[in-house]
Amino acid sequence: MNATGIGAAVRRKEDFRFITGKGQYTDDVTRPGETHIHFLRSPHAHAKIKKIDAKAAQAMPGVLAVLTGAELAADKIGNLICGWMIHSKDGSPMKMAPHPAIANGKANYVGDPVAVVVAETLDQAEDAAEKVVVDYEVLPAVADPAKAQKSAPQIHEVAPANTIYQWHLGDAKATEGALKSAKHVTKLHIVNNRLVPNAMEPRAAIGEYDAGNQSFTLWNTTQNPHVARLVIAAFVGMAPEHKLRVIAPDVGGGFGSKIFIYPEEVVCLWASKKVGRPVKWVSERSEAFLADAHGRDHVTDAEMAFDADGKITALKVKTIANLGAYMSTFSSSVPTYLYGTLLSGQYDIPHIYCEVDAVYTNTVPVDAYRGAGRPEATFVVERLVEVGARELGLDPAELRRKNFIKSFPHQTPVIMTYDAGDYNASLKKALDLIDHKGFAKRKRDSERSGKLRGLGFSTYIEACGIAPSSAVGSLGAGVGLWESAEVRVNPTGSVEVLTGCHSHGQGHETTFAQLVAERLGIPIENIAVVHGDTDKVQFGMGTYGSRSGAVGMSAIVKALDKVEAKAKKVASHLLEAAENDIVFKDGKFTVAGTDKSAAWGEVALHAYIAHKFTGAQLEPGLKEGAFYDPTNFTFPAGCHICEVEIDPETGNVAIANWVAVDDFGTVINPMIVEGQVHGGIAQGVGQAMLENTVYNKDGQLVSGSFMDYTMPRAVDVPSFKVDTTVTKCPGNPLGIKGCGEAGAIAAPAAVINAITDAIGSEDIAMPATPQAVWAAIQKHNGGRKAA
Amino acid sequence: MPAVKMTVNGKAVTADIDPRTLLVQFLRENLRLTGTHVGCDTSQCGACVVHVNGQAVKSCTILALTADGADVRTIESLATGDKLHPMQEAFRENHGLQCGFCTPGMIMTAVDIVRRKGNELDEKTIREELEGNLCRCTGYHNIVKSIAAGAKAMAG
Repeated sequence: MNATGIGAAVRRKEDFRFITGKGQYTDDVTRPGETHIHFLRSPHAHAKIKKIDAKAAQAMPGVLAVLTGAELAADKIGNLICGWMIHSKDGSPMKMAPHPAIANGKANYVGDPVAVVVAETLDQAEDAAEKVVVDYEVLPAVADPAKAQKSAPQIHEVAPANTIYQWHLGDAKATEGALKSAKHVTKLHIVNNRLVPNAMEPRAAIGEYDAGNQSFTLWNTTQNPHVARLVIAAFVGMAPEHKLRVIAPDVGGGFGSKIFIYPEEVVCLWASKKVGRPVKWVSERSEAFLADAHGRDHVTDAEMAFDADGKITALKVKTIANLGAYMSTFSSSVPTYLYGTLLSGQYDIPHIYCEVDAVYTNTVPVDAYRGAGRPEATFVVERLVEVGARELGLDPAELRRKNFIKSFPHQTPVIMTYDAGDYNASLKKALDLIDHKGFAKRKRDSERSGKLRGLGFSTYIEACGIAPSSAVGSLGAGVGLWESAEVRVNPTGSVEVLTGCHSHGQGHETTFAQLVAERLGIPIENIAVVHGDTDKVQFGMGTYGSRSGAVGMSAIVKALDKVEAKAKKVASHLLEAAENDIVFKDGKFTVAGTDKSAAWGEVALHAYIAHKFTGAQLEPGLKEGAFYDPTNFTFPAGCHICEVEIDPETGNVAIANWVAVDDFGTVINPMIVEGQVHGGIAQGVGQAMLENTVYNKDGQLVSGSFMDYTMPRAVDVPSFKVDTTVTKCPGNPLGIKGCGEAGAIAAPAAVINAITDAIGSEDIAMPATPQAVWAAIQKHNGGRKAA
Repeated sequence: MPAVKMTVNGKAVTADIDPRTLLVQFLRENLRLTGTHVGCDTSQCGACVVHVNGQAVKSCTILALTADGADVRTIESLATGDKLHPMQEAFRENHGLQCGFCTPGMIMTAVDIVRRKGNELDEKTIREELEGNLCRCTGYHNIVKSIAAGAKAMAG
């Protein structure tokens, strides 16, 4: 193995700037003449905007403009859109309501922008915003998705009963039949709690208009600058695509929440033209709770059927998904094709039927958050399997083993064709690592000290490598989900790799360079990875859905193939040999069977000085681009086991052990992959035990700051035992499956399965706070202490 | 506007400022020391931790005027040229950062933990000492490792 090549735990190239405080995040960028914008947001969940009086605000010191939704509409700035069409089971298209960047006439959630103030300083903008008088007529609101369809106020005219779509997947009749003839049916009611992504860097945007060139530049905390440019150009209509440059500099975490095209970036661009100066917005954290798309928020009833041998014969799922007040960029796909299609889990289930009603509520829009649909699916499946095993008196590991898919490719009843996997291998390794055999003794030891101990499994699957363009197109996606790469070799032999992916913590500057170092045999220091600027990278689809390795690196492989082919042509002229006789290995071009050779740098130089060939023979230069469209999704899978110890007196849950054995296919950098798993687990633990987004009945966000919303801290999580098994993905050249979301997908079910195992009751919802656990123990055993 | 005077990263600085200016705003906006970050508005996240007279302080919790006359150190002062401070080196070596946004606050906090608790830090101590710092990327696993290693390295 090359010391900096594929499989090496190379220390990250990007770290130096971050650990020395030299990162360049959007808020660190200042533009000459910069102004500041404050968004005045609706304090009501649902209200008519009768009148906005901005006179007093406009007269405040430093104020350059007070702008409203009416002016946005007058300037013909288009609405934000949802880019994935879902059809209901009756064939009707989803009911997408207009989503102006500033509310015009009616505010639909607490946080909906109703006006903006642009001023010389942020303090001046904030002071002036207090003088804007908005005359609201408050309307009844609904925040609970389970109540949105019945006797709730209608939020948008286009969506009767607040219903966006009623989607389904699978064979209803066969599933019903199997449920009827089952030996046992396990039923669960599940609330998948609403979460706030909370990347540590709050979102930010700077809009700048160049009146001379009639073009815009947007600095933006985005995971996909090209998609932002496309939507803002083609749908919002801010400027032609070639007159809008989007720069995503260092971005401090995304977890999905920075995929979407948001009102603030549109307004900063628009306002910059209005005031003729750059306009900067940086979200405050409490503002982010009201302005960043939330995640999850499903209410589900599910039934799993088993035969006499414990084989799963059917699964039926009915879910209500809360999409909030407007349809965010990819929101429609999350509870449908990223959810229903994963309900087979790792299991051979003959019949599955899934129905999903997506609803509007007077809450912040909901969209993809780490895992996006797959954590929700995994939670449904893994809770049902675990509870099913308990009800049938079977060992939960054994029940899983019995039902695992064992041969590949495997066609599930819900669209997906799994290409490769060995689910038993990851389960077996995880059982060994957690010392499953020793658990009974550990449980007895806990009981001796008055504690409860439990073990919870989560054998999850996810679909990554998003995604084959024609396949997602047939399912309603408005875009293709390929990726692009360009490899530019400089005359000195150093290399720039331009990628359409975007790194916001994933370490692409290192892992992508590792691939190039391995392929070209050059030092990793001589490779730069360029991303996040639409003026540098021609087009790309960005980073989410664990796609950068499986899709983005595959594009780099294709470009490298072309570079190598071209370099061989150059070498053949340089070495005066037939092109077919040139062998490229370890950074050296050799004429087969001879000692004639040329180093990488020599060939690179000759590609540019072009002294050894004529223009008629060969085009000078060494730069190649490629687009890679995947042939299938990839299917990372694995087994997480969580072991908890609970103090029944307080309900406090301590995670005593955590084992994660994941199959991500080929691993480029194990250090980085492990880091991704750690972070994902912590977010999953957060969902299971700490984080909850609470709206009251009036639609007020009660948990609207870090004082109210419990983020996982260092004391809340343990150190994790992380390992891998490998079945290579047959669908892409490197065999990569993807690793970014696994932890967040696997963890919630593992935690809740462990807690319910310990307390002997299934009656607990997420987040399982100490109070909730204590109450569940009291309810279950009448307050008796552990045996 | 009142004048404020302090030493930042060894350099004397003076400025006339709006009295409501927070120390973090003064560092980021007046001095353009943008390594110190703002991750929240409730003093919960610790991305803005700097050292004031040798002690870790969340620079969003104090006014710049409160630091008048103080010796302030930010993340930008830790390395000497290209030579990293042992705690910075430990974060890189142990993959104690991903997106990098919480990192300056984490490192400044970590250096302060070592000052108060010494060079041999167990996992429990480190986790408890990190109660004022949030990270959303790493799950803390490698931050804990980094701080233990960095603390040891600071002894040498």
